[in-house]
Amino acid sequence: MRIKPRIEQKIAQSVLMFFTFIAVLVLVFILAVILKNGLPQLSLEFLSRNPADMGREGGILSTIVATIYLTIIALLVATPLGVGTAIYLTEYTVENRITRIIRFGAECLAGIPSIIFGLFGFILFVNRLKFGWSILSGGLTLAFMVLPTIIRTSEEAIKAVPASYRLVSFSLGSTRWQTVTKVVLPSAIPGIITGIILSIGRSIGETAAVIFTAGSALRMPTSLFSSSRSMAVHFYILAREGISMSKAYGTAAVLVIAILIVNLITYYLMERYIKHRS
Amino acid sequence: MTKIVISMTRIKILNLGLCLLLALGYVSCRPGKSSQRIVVAGSTSIQPFADKWAELFMEKRPETVVDVQGGGSSAGIQAVQTGAADIGMSSRALTEDEKELFEIEVARDGLAIIIHPENQLDNLQLDQVRSIFSGEITTWEILNGKAKNITVVVREEGSGTRAAFQELVMGRLRISKRAIVQDSNGTVREIVSRDPNAIGFISLGLVNKSVKTLSLDGIYPTEESIQNETYRLVRPFLFLTRAAPSGLVKEFIDFILSEEIQQLIKKEGLIPIKKNPGPRDDQDRTE
Amino acid sequence: MTKIERNERLIRLCLLVVAFSAISVLAVITIFIFEQGTPIMFKYGFKNFLLGQDWYPSEKSFGLFPMIVGSLMVTLGALIIGVPLGLASAIFLTEFSNRRLARILKPFIELLAGIPSVVYGFIGLMFLIPFIRENLGGPGLSVLASSIILGVMILPTVTSIAIDSIRAVPDSFREGSIALGATKWQTVKMVILPAARSGIVAGVVLGMGRAIGETMAVIMVAGNAAAIPDSILAPVRTLTSNIALEMAYASGEHRQALFATGVILFVIIMILNTIANLTSARQKKR
Repeated sequence: MRIKPRIEQKIAQSVLMFFTFIAVLVLVFILAVILKNGLPQLSLEFLSRNPADMGREGGILSTIVATIYLTIIALLVATPLGVGTAIYLTEYTVENRITRIIRFGAECLAGIPSIIFGLFGFILFVNRLKFGWSILSGGLTLAFMVLPTIIRTSEEAIKAVPASYRLVSFSLGSTRWQTVTKVVLPSAIPGIITGIILSIGRSIGETAAVIFTAGSALRMPTSLFSSSRSMAVHFYILAREGISMSKAYGTAAVLVIAILIVNLITYYLMERYIKHRS
Repeated sequence: MTKIVISMTRIKILNLGLCLLLALGYVSCRPGKSSQRIVVAGSTSIQPFADKWAELFMEKRPETVVDVQGGGSSAGIQAVQTGAADIGMSSRALTEDEKELFEIEVARDGLAIIIHPENQLDNLQLDQVRSIFSGEITTWEILNGKAKNITVVVREEGSGTRAAFQELVMGRLRISKRAIVQDSNGTVREIVSRDPNAIGFISLGLVNKSVKTLSLDGIYPTEESIQNETYRLVRPFLFLTRAAPSGLVKEFIDFILSEEIQQLIKKEGLIPIKKNPGPRDDQDRTE
Repeated sequence: MTKIERNERLIRLCLLVVAFSAISVLAVITIFIFEQGTPIMFKYGFKNFLLGQDWYPSEKSFGLFPMIVGSLMVTLGALIIGVPLGLASAIFLTEFSNRRLARILKPFIELLAGIPSVVYGFIGLMFLIPFIRENLGGPGLSVLASSIILGVMILPTVTSIAIDSIRAVPDSFREGSIALGATKWQTVKMVILPAARSGIVAGVVLGMGRAIGETMAVIMVAGNAAAIPDSILAPVRTLTSNIALEMAYASGEHRQALFATGVILFVIIMILNTIANLTSARQKKR
């Protein structure tokens, strides 16, 4: 028996709509549960006080600070490396075997699960280099993890700069480096920042790589070498060990809101960037 | 071109902001001049308590930092052997080749066998516990009459709590590989508190109202039954140092052994050490 | 050689060094993981690691077979749940819905790709686990729960990549098909999906990589029993959770065995990566 195309079309459309509905519903549900239970926990106090009694009392200030430090270290290391790689790939060479190897490396790195980064960071930074469980070990591990993201987005951004810009610059007698720093990079900045912001998002939400490198000591980081618990790790521990569900929801809400803001900024920048380009 | 200029200024502002943030961070986080630091690492069963002791100690001595890390008993022992930690925490007795470390018993802990609060069962014999955890008994039927499958929840390989349970209950028998595995006392408790058919074991100090503790061979874990060891699932909480404790390390240990903290230990469900507070002296060392 | 030329050469050299950062990081990671993980595999034999059924590190029994099976089962489950939902949403939003709905929903779905995996795990723990336990039986922590959580987690990734590759199909394809009298669904089925296939496959492979590599969310909902699950309601342990569960406590050969777990995971991921790279390279060629 053959189904008439018209009817098949109707059926397909309804099935697709139903699936989309389910997908969106699930995602809305997750967001709604976190925000509904989490938002009432949020207060200035929650954000400005340190956790006490293993997180049962107080706020999450130290975990926010730890998260910020981890992210800053990751970016301070990954941004120059990533943007530098992108500049080399786009401006200083032509497609050849070396660029293919470099790209392959970045792609592979992007696919490595965070737990492997965690294992690696633990062996290299925590043990071999004797940084211990620390902000530094965690930040460096995160840097390696976000490096491919920054390379890829920067490369796309730099590639999108019209060749005419470069020609004008060269014809004015600029060197390649001058052209890169004065002409190419400034116009590629929104794209590069997009990559950086994406990386911020990943760093904020990461658990597996951080817990084995930055440790989980629940106190304010005082130096690069102090072990500290990031927000995501704190949430993981609160939620799993049933220490305090209300604090867990509160922390989750802060996490989710932070990530939503980060992603919204990315989205906005990308939209603007695309419009600007076309 | 204006766009470029705008984005350049924006970057400058961003840069400025970043520098400011870092500077602020540096100023606010610069360690105090006379700051002293002890690193404590090891058993995750002791860690939550040690966190609290450290917190109180630092309140008394604001110029010091006590860094408490988990890692598990074996890692703690290793850390103190290599000097990575000043104090190792172990919730199992030391093996022969670990005996060169200096050990101080700071508290005792019982292993509690826990079930869901709605479960009618009150007591198990030790060999019943063994059969449940080895997977020989799989339903509640002969225990409390309910024809439900037992959800066995255990700790992961390598944890001190599991090692203690293996030694004190299982002996040579293997824990069933079908058992659910969780990596902390808190998580085991959470799962048992939510699943009416679950049974697990956790540190007595971390038992709360969300779960029900079983008596074992008719003896319920209490301070008395643990101190006189009539309750059979007991393990020491040890602090380990490489040499006889001195300086800040000694102060911290003395602080934990003080009446104040030993009282707190009791309040939190652990069993204070029986004998007079004070570190064990040299005669306890084999060499 | 002028000063400017010298500077330019220096800069080029510096950039070349920097450009090798990613590949060197990859190399260092590979070396470290293999250095830590392979000796013990040689010592006890690859076969025992890959096919051994018993994971009792304290008894020097390091069988990873249940975890390998567990990872594959959970990943397959995630794909069964995530791919149809993701693909359907992508098709619906690009081809069937009105533009305004698509303009709102696409960014929304993409935003959700950034939500930390622990949040997904937590929601699973709070809602999905009790639901499964009470309505379907078993402890709740199960293959099913992990598959659903991972499926939902990869949903945004699959959807957004599928949307991009469907949009990349030239409009002339659609117009041609419609002009021949095909319905919209026929057009999708016979023209658009085949044309967007390699992009969609790349998205699925990416989602698969995320699912097989996910750790914390899985630990929360899988139950982590180191045995091959006998039903989808039984607990399961993946390679990733094997590492994360026991890493903190392990020492000596136990720790090495966890690195060996990492080696196996690494190899599986690399195979996936290569497949993904090949498919995306093929798409670029077209």
